[in-house]
Parts: sequence; C-alpha cells; structure tokens
Amino acid sequence: MLKKLLAYVRGYTWSSILTPLTVMGEVILEVFIPLYMSKIIDVGIPNADLPYVLRTGGLMVLMALGALLFGVLGARLAVYSSNGAAKNLRLALFDRIESLSFKNTDKFSTATLVTRLTNDITNVQQSYQMMIRLLARSPLMLILATIFAVRISPELSVIILCAIPLLGGAMALITKLAFPRFEAMLKKYDAMNARTQETLIAIRVVKAFVRGDYETVRFNESAAALKNAQKRAEKLFIIASPLMQISMYACIIGVIWLGGGHVLDGNLQSGSLISFITYISQILMSLMMITMAFVNFVLSSASAERICEVLDETPAINDDGAAPALTVDNGGIQFDDVCFSYADDPGNLTLSHINLSIRSGELIGILGGSGSGKTSLVQLIPRLYDVLSGSVRVAGHDVREYPVETLRESIGMVLQKNVLFSGTILDNLRWGKPDATQEEIEAACRAAAAHDFIMGFPDGYQTVLGQGGVNVSGGQKQRLCIARALLRQPKILILDDSTSAVDTATDAAIRHALRTELPDATKLIIAQRVTSIMDADRIIVMHEGAIDAVGTHETLLASNKIYQEVYHSQQKGVA
Amino acid sequence: MAGPGHMRGIAKPKDTKKTFARLFAYLRDYPVQLLVIVCSLILSSGAAVFGTYMLKPLFNSIAALFAQGASSMLPMLGSVLALAAIYALGALGTFLGNRLLLNVSTGILEKVRRQMFAKLQKLPLRYFDSRTHGEIMSRFSNDTDTLREMLSQGIPQLLTSSITIIGVIVMMLLLSPVLLLVVFVVFLLMLFVIKGIGGRSAVYFKQRQEALAAANGYVEEMIEGQREVKVFCHEDAVREEFGLLSETLRRASTSAMTFAMILMPIMGNLSYVLYAATAAIGAGMTIAGLLDIGTIAAFLQYTRQFTNPLTQISQQFNGILNALAGAERIFELIDEQPEVDEGSVTLTYAEKNADGTLRECDHYTGVWAWKCPDADGFRLVELLGDVRFHDVTFAYEEGHDVLKNVTLYAKPGQKIAFVGSTGAGKTTITNLINRFYDVQQGRITYDGIDVRDIKKDDLRRSLSMVLQDTHLFTGTVRDNIRYGNLHATEEQIVRAAKLANADSFIRHLPQGYDTVLTADGVNLSQGQRQLIAIARAAVENAPVLILDEATSSIDTRTEGLIEQGMDQLMAGRTVFVIAHRLSTVRNANAIMVLEHGEIIERGDHDDLIAQQGKYYQLYMGMFELS
Repeated sequence: MLKKLLAYVRGYTWSSILTPLTVMGEVILEVFIPLYMSKIIDVGIPNADLPYVLRTGGLMVLMALGALLFGVLGARLAVYSSNGAAKNLRLALFDRIESLSFKNTDKFSTATLVTRLTNDITNVQQSYQMMIRLLARSPLMLILATIFAVRISPELSVIILCAIPLLGGAMALITKLAFPRFEAMLKKYDAMNARTQETLIAIRVVKAFVRGDYETVRFNESAAALKNAQKRAEKLFIIASPLMQISMYACIIGVIWLGGGHVLDGNLQSGSLISFITYISQILMSLMMITMAFVNFVLSSASAERICEVLDETPAINDDGAAPALTVDNGGIQFDDVCFSYADDPGNLTLSHINLSIRSGELIGILGGSGSGKTSLVQLIPRLYDVLSGSVRVAGHDVREYPVETLRESIGMVLQKNVLFSGTILDNLRWGKPDATQEEIEAACRAAAAHDFIMGFPDGYQTVLGQGGVNVSGGQKQRLCIARALLRQPKILILDDSTSAVDTATDAAIRHALRTELPDATKLIIAQRVTSIMDADRIIVMHEGAIDAVGTHETLLASNKIYQEVYHSQQKGVA
Repeated sequence: MAGPGHMRGIAKPKDTKKTFARLFAYLRDYPVQLLVIVCSLILSSGAAVFGTYMLKPLFNSIAALFAQGASSMLPMLGSVLALAAIYALGALGTFLGNRLLLNVSTGILEKVRRQMFAKLQKLPLRYFDSRTHGEIMSRFSNDTDTLREMLSQGIPQLLTSSITIIGVIVMMLLLSPVLLLVVFVVFLLMLFVIKGIGGRSAVYFKQRQEALAAANGYVEEMIEGQREVKVFCHEDAVREEFGLLSETLRRASTSAMTFAMILMPIMGNLSYVLYAATAAIGAGMTIAGLLDIGTIAAFLQYTRQFTNPLTQISQQFNGILNALAGAERIFELIDEQPEVDEGSVTLTYAEKNADGTLRECDHYTGVWAWKCPDADGFRLVELLGDVRFHDVTFAYEEGHDVLKNVTLYAKPGQKIAFVGSTGAGKTTITNLINRFYDVQQGRITYDGIDVRDIKKDDLRRSLSMVLQDTHLFTGTVRDNIRYGNLHATEEQIVRAAKLANADSFIRHLPQGYDTVLTADGVNLSQGQRQLIAIARAAVENAPVLILDEATSSIDTRTEGLIEQGMDQLMAGRTVFVIAHRLSTVRNANAIMVLEHGEIIERGDHDDLIAQQGKYYQLYMGMFELS
C-alpha cells in the first residue's frame, strides 16, 4: 500500500529526497552544539581563554544559524512535496472515481467517496509531510545524541540506555492499547453524527410524530456513550506526558548523582555533565516524536487504506472490447436473451431473459410496478451497467463494441432521480451540449415546456440554481432535465419516469413536442401513468424482471391483465 | 456544501470577551476540579522551572566539593532528593491536571452537544428552511471539535506556557540580569518572527480554506451527480475542472503550510543561537569572575525551556481564536428562539359517560378529548376532527402570499382532497393544520378550538401524517414503523404494515421486520419506502390523517391493492389528501382545486365534473391526449 501511494510522489521526487537530507543537516548541527558548549566550559573557563570562548561561541551561533537554514529549507521542501503528492493523489482518485462504473461505486456510498477525496487525502498528506521530516530527524537525533552521550561517559549512558527501551516500550504499549479504544470512539462519533443528520433531514417527520423528546433522549444516550468512549481512549494517552517527564527527570537526577561522583573523581568535567543533560532531553524528545509519528502513521493508514480501496477498483465498464471508429448510426435497439443482476448472481436476477427489438424512431412506453425492472432495463442501453448474459445491441452492434463515450454521446437520458448542478440554468443546460447556441437552447426548452417558466424568473436563463437545483420546483426540475437531454439531439432518448411531477397537460405537450422535434430518435418513456404512454407506438409491460407483454394500448387493454388492472385503477369511475 | 464548517481558520470571533465569559460559565459546573487543575498545572510547570533552578546549587556544590577534594556525593544527598521530590510533584501535577481536564472537557462537550440537540428539536421549521444541513451539522462536528481542542489543549497549554515563560524569566533574572539581556534581544527577535509569520500565514490560510472549500464542494456535487456526469459523458470536463481546483488548492496550501511549518525550526534554532550566545557570554563572565558554573548550567537549560512554550502560545493563539468563533456559532444555535407555543389545550384519552358527557381516563379507548383550561379547572371537548380554515392568508416570506383568503371546512369523518399544480399551496395547507407554520391572517379551528390555543405536541399527536418526502431512519423496519407509536405491540405493527400492504414485501426482505434500513434506503424502492411511511402513520392511530402525495411513487396497480387497506385506515377519520393522481382523490367528500394559493373550485367529484371547470379539464386531460 505504501509503495503504491509513494508512486504519487512523482514530479515531487527531488524535493522528497532533499527533505530528509536537509533535516539530517539540521540534526547533525543541533547535536554538535552541546558538544562545543561543553568545550567552552571545560576548556575555556579553566584556562580563562576568552578568545577560545568567543571563537567557539561564534562557531556555535553559526551552527545554529546553519541549522535554522536547513530547518526552514526542510520544512518548505516537506510542505512542497506533500502538497504536490496530495494533488497527484487527489487527481488520481478523482480520475478513478470518474472512470468507475456504477457497479463499482454502488459498493461505496456517495458520502464515503466524498470523505475519501477530502478528509482522507488531507490526512494522508499531513501524515506524509510529518513523516518525511520526522523519520529523518528523530531516529538520527536519537542515534547521534546517544553516540555523543556514550562518548562523554559510557557509564552515565547506561542510565539512558535503560530509559530508552523502558520509555519506548511503555509508549508502544499505550499506543497498542489505545488504538482499539480510539476506533471505538470514532465509531460512536460517526454514529452520533449520522443520527443527528438523519433527524435533520427528517425534521418534519420528527415534528409530525412529536418525537423531539424521544430523539433527544436517544441523542443524550449516544452523547454520553461518546463521552465515555473518549475518556476511555484519551486517559491512556494522558499517561504518556507524565511518563515522559518522569523518565527525563529520573535520568537527570541519576546523571547528576552518578555524574557528580565522576566529576569528584576527576573522570568527568562539569561542562560535559551539562551537555549530557542536554543530550538526555534530545534523546527522550526524539523517542516521544517517534511515538507520535507512529501514532500518526497508524491513524492515517486507515485513510490510506480507504483511498487505496478505491484506487484498486478496476472499472467494470471499459473500452476493452470496443472498435474505436464505430459510430452509432441509428436508434435501433435489440435485447437478446438479456439477464442482469446487480449482484452478478445468476440466482438473484433483476432482469431475466429479455428479448426485445425496437426499431429506430419508435416511441416505446414502458409500464410496470415498482421493482419490476423498468429502470434496470433502460440502464443497460447506455451501459450504466453491463448485462450478466445475452447482449444489448444498438444499431446492430453490441453496446460493448462501441467506445463508451460514443455510445453515451448518442443517447439522451433523463434519470428518475435527476440532479442539477450549482450554476446558472444556462450552465446546466449546456451539459447537454457544451457549444449550444442560444437558439438551440431555447428550442430545447420550448420542447420541454421549460422556456416559459425560465423566462418568468427575473434573471431568465442566467438564474442561478443552488446545489441540487434547490430553488426550482420538482416539476420545473424535471422539465429542465428533459431540455438538457434534448439538447444532445440524441439517437435514443430515455425518459425514466421523468414527468411524474409535471401536470398531465404539460406532460402531453412535452410528448407531442418529442414526436415533432425528434422524429428519427428512438424514444423510450417509462411512466406510472397510463396516459403518459398510451399513445406510444408500442408499450412494454414489465413484471418481476421479465417482459409480460408488448403491444399497443388497444391490444394490451384487450389482452393483458396487468395493463388492464393499471388502466382501470387509474381511470376508475370515468365513463 | 460550502458551509461555514469548511471555513475554519478564517472566522474571527465577534465578541471574544462575551464568548469567553460564556464558556467560563460551563467551567463553573466543576469548581473543585477546576481549582485542582489550575493548581496541578502550576505545580507541573513550576516544578520544571524550579527543578532547573536547582541545577545551580547542585553544580556549584559539586564544584565546591571538587575544590575541597571530597570524593563522595553523600553531602549532596539532601539536595538531590529535594530535586527528585520537586520533579515527582511536577509529574504528579501533570498527570492529575490532564486527567481532571479530560473529565471537565469531555463533560462540557457532552453538555454543549446535548444543549444543541435539545434546542434543535425545539426550533421552528423556518430555522431549518433557511439553513443547509451541512451548516447545522458543522456545529456538531467541526465547531465542537475545535472547542474540544481548545478546552483540552489550547487553554491548558496557554496556561502552562505562560506560567513557564514567566517563571523562566523570573528565574533568569535571579540567576543573571546580564544574561537575561541577551535573552531579551533574542526574545524580541522571536516575537518579531512570530508576528511576521503569523500575519502572513493568516492571509494564506484564508486562501487555503477557500480553495479547500471550493474543491470539496465540487467533489461533493459531482459525486452526487455522477449518473449525470456519465450519461452526458462529462468525465473529461469534470476532470479538467477538478484539476484546476486541485492546482489552486496545492498552491494555496503550500504557501499556507510553509508558513506554519517553518515556525518550529526557526524558533527551535533561534533557541540554539541563544544557547550558544549564553554559553559564550556566560563563560566570558565566569572567567571575569562575575558568574559561576552552576548559574551557566541552569541558565542554559532555561534557554531551551523558554522556546517551546513560546512556539506553543503562538500556535495555540490562532487555534483559540478559531475555537471561539466556533463556540460563538454553537451559542448562536443554543440561543436560537424556540418554536413559540402559547397553547394550553392538551389532548387526553377519554371515556363517555352514560349521559354522553366525557370523563378523562388514562388509557386508549378510541375516544379522545381536548382538555381546555377555563375559569373553573377545565372542560373536555370531544375530539372529532372538525377542521375549519377561516379566511386564512399565509406567506413563508413576507410579500409572497402562498395562501390567499382560504376558507374551508372538513367535517368529522370527511375526506377532503386538494388538487392543483406544484406550488399551488396544497402542502402549505397541511403545514398550517399541524402548525409547522402559524397563520398570519385569519384562523384555523380544530373542533372549534383555535389551533394556536392547542399545545403543539398535542395537536400533532392528534394528526397522523404521511409526508411528501419519505424519510426513514437507520434501523430495522420494525423500528421505523414503531416510530409512529413507540408503545405499539408486535401485533399492531404487523397490522399497520398489512393495512399499508407492506407486510408481504417486508416478509420477503432478508431479515423480514428485522431488516436494517439505511437512511437513504438504497435497499428499498421509493414505493416500498412510502408503504412503510404509511404503515408508520397507521400505527399512530390518530383521529385525523394527512396524506401528502403519500402514494406518488407507488405504481397505480399497487395503489389499487392498498386501496382497501387505505379505506380501512381512513374509516371514521377526517382525512386530508393531496395527490397529483386524480384517481386517488375521486371518492373524496370534497375536492378543493387550488391555483396560486386560492381555492378556485370546490365540490365532490361529480359536482366538479358537472362544473366543467379546471378540475374537469385536468380530469379529462388525462384521457384526451393529443
């Protein structure tokens, strides 16, 4: 996983390599400073050699300034490379998500995909930024400072050499124990937020059923659970800081006591003892930093895993079997013994053995109960999903023979749950055809019965829609989406229950316009209302994933039981 | 959603003092712990400062002993043990302080969260209408997170750092005023660096937050609309746009983070400059006989102790400002005006006496009564479900009347239907009955009582609602149905599901009634979700039923199947039905045709057909297609 993510450093490789090098320069200078300090005290003072003191002091200042320079350079390089790598990773992840098919993305919810692209990337980036500096800095500092300490006094170093594994072991233990507790805490946190969000979205339900108190009690329970989980997790880490202090203090006292003895014996000089104390703090601080880096690494590795999970997905729908030059010549559609399952499970078919042939230019109505497979059927045409067995042909060729883009370019589709994007109405319509002229746009909007209400807005086509098209009504939204699909001048137009919020008269007007504006396009209309499709050339009645009957309104009304039921349920009492 | 949550790092608190005072009020719940915490933290940083000071006598004693030619450290045992005791106390202080702080900070956070949520449940719908979910959620996530950081790290670090700095400066002054002068020069240099970097980084951080919000918002929108992106082959355009946003983010982020990251090495190494200068000047002074080794030893340690707190303060300062801005938003929510409810009439179970008068009782009898307080105690009015609108005018926003002079009545047991195009005001009528909103002109009476006199909760308990947007909660199917009546028995739940014709498909789910639904309900079709929502309303068993497009996603065949159940559900209740599909409303006692907030036609189906008005056109339009 690490190796895979490291590949995204490309373009920022040099700065990534230079970072630890500059950091090493900084560390080496930092470690030498106390050594020279001890020389000032042990050589300069006893000899009363002021020039030596000043020379050494000046050298130390220069070394500190050099370390500063290296430090700043290292920080800058780390930031530069981590942000660059993060950008690469972000683009790669987004790219991958865009190229995945729904079969892939159905596995992840939209919310987690968004989190992966936002928070997870930021986590990984910050971790990388910390890592390339700390991993060079702390271990080197630990080693060098230990070497220098041993050189000053091997006997005194025993104290530190005992303290290092003790403190390190304790830190490792704390970390190990704390992780599951932190994970438990994060789960509680997520659960609490998820429920809060749900009650926000469903606030009308909560109020209508007078469940405010009930929800508050539930929330209080989860808030209390979160509090306890947080305490349980963090109280372990709270031990770390006093533990560090105790180790450091114990070493200092031990060194003073034993070291003092050595000074009295004449084996050690005071200055060395002082610099030894400085090394103690450098060593233990490095140890602490390594622990922190480790904690950070584990925390961010969860993020990295989530990112890799998406990167590892291979797009289920690709152009592997496609002939690049093939174009869609007409709107004929053929289903040959098509079986389809969302789970790829032949035992759990959503569509079973569909055979169907649609001539170019036909207007086809599709009717059926919820869950009968209407939407699944039409989604196979632009390859939003691929068939399990059998084949779907457009203009005589299997849809898998077309480059995906060519295929989809020739299909206009209005989805059941349609989405508008933030931006002006015009921007949204241009999704259908980026270079559409104002005339083309207005023509499409007239056909979709949207022009009049658009012009009714003070800003007309320049009206800014909020995210998700919040400031237009459901019916208006559907009409805008139809106009957007019409702008493509598609060979095949699919309307998936896309006039459900439009009143019947407008619905009829739109259908009339479809016939006159797009006479050659094949039109597939899924509807709940019989009236929306009864004038179709043919009507397909779907039932439990299979085609129950195909025919005209008259023939179906005469012969098909489901169609009769639906029809009568909708016009009961009339005539 | 580019809510303020994404804007962390920009917002400055409006009234720092007031917000601080308010936060302090929470601390008052923990007077003893707070005292202990402050003492512990003082002890902790004090021990560190004083411990270092002890180096002076220790080193001087060693030097003196050495001069005397002593070979044992034993004479110093006392002072070494004293140092050990001071250090032990310091570590104890650190532990105690942090441990209690954990109690206090998590406790305060819990309280803040509870207060926010409880308030949220009491706010009027207008509050939710005017804000995005992301905006409200960021109070619970981002803002409480920064508050947690401030309480558990920011303020304690500010406290210990300040104590340490003051302590160190005092001790340095005691040790050597001359060397302190050197410190002072470097200190000024550090302040200068902090101020310079702090100022620059604030600007860049603002840019970074904006770039981050833009990129995240784009991601959210495009992933939400991924089907559109695919259907319209917009992948490349979207990639290109995202590439631009990412590059902007990279630049802004690199600038911002650089300034944040170089602070540490600059400060750390300036402290080495100080260390070097102190060593050299100290040694020079010692040679001149003005200083002793112990003082240098202690002073050198102080120069190292001095920088970290300074860096921490400069780092925490922005964090604290940030958290205060977040706290301000949290308090804004807590202080929000709750839904006004001046109603005093409550709903109660009742029994009928032999003479037809009512008496209150404590269990379900099928009879409800309104308990109206009056001069001598209260009187009971039987709940029948007689709802009348008297010349009601209503606007969500002033100047845009959604309902104009609407007068209508629904007699007990009647089925009243509303028909009209989107935006005609159908849903608004039901929103006024249950007082999601209050009327501005005219009045609505319920069994002769003005709805504004009825306690909102009781009013809503008397209404079962199936709302236009079906929202289910994460939980089992059973829990979702039970939401309508928390005390419903298994039998009642199944009966309600059967009424809604949901029982059969529920039994076909992998775990039947125990199948866990997710909020966005991907595992159910929209129609099935509506059936569960109907079952949820059915189990509530209230005398008035409001169905707002309750069957819009249910295909007409299934609708036909549930009709019988619906008839049972509606029997004996006053029912308000909103539907697009005219077949759904045909058998209503009265159908109101709404247009632009006015009732333009009313009557039963046959009347309206005979009138040959708008309803007639709509109805016939279904069958006379061009």
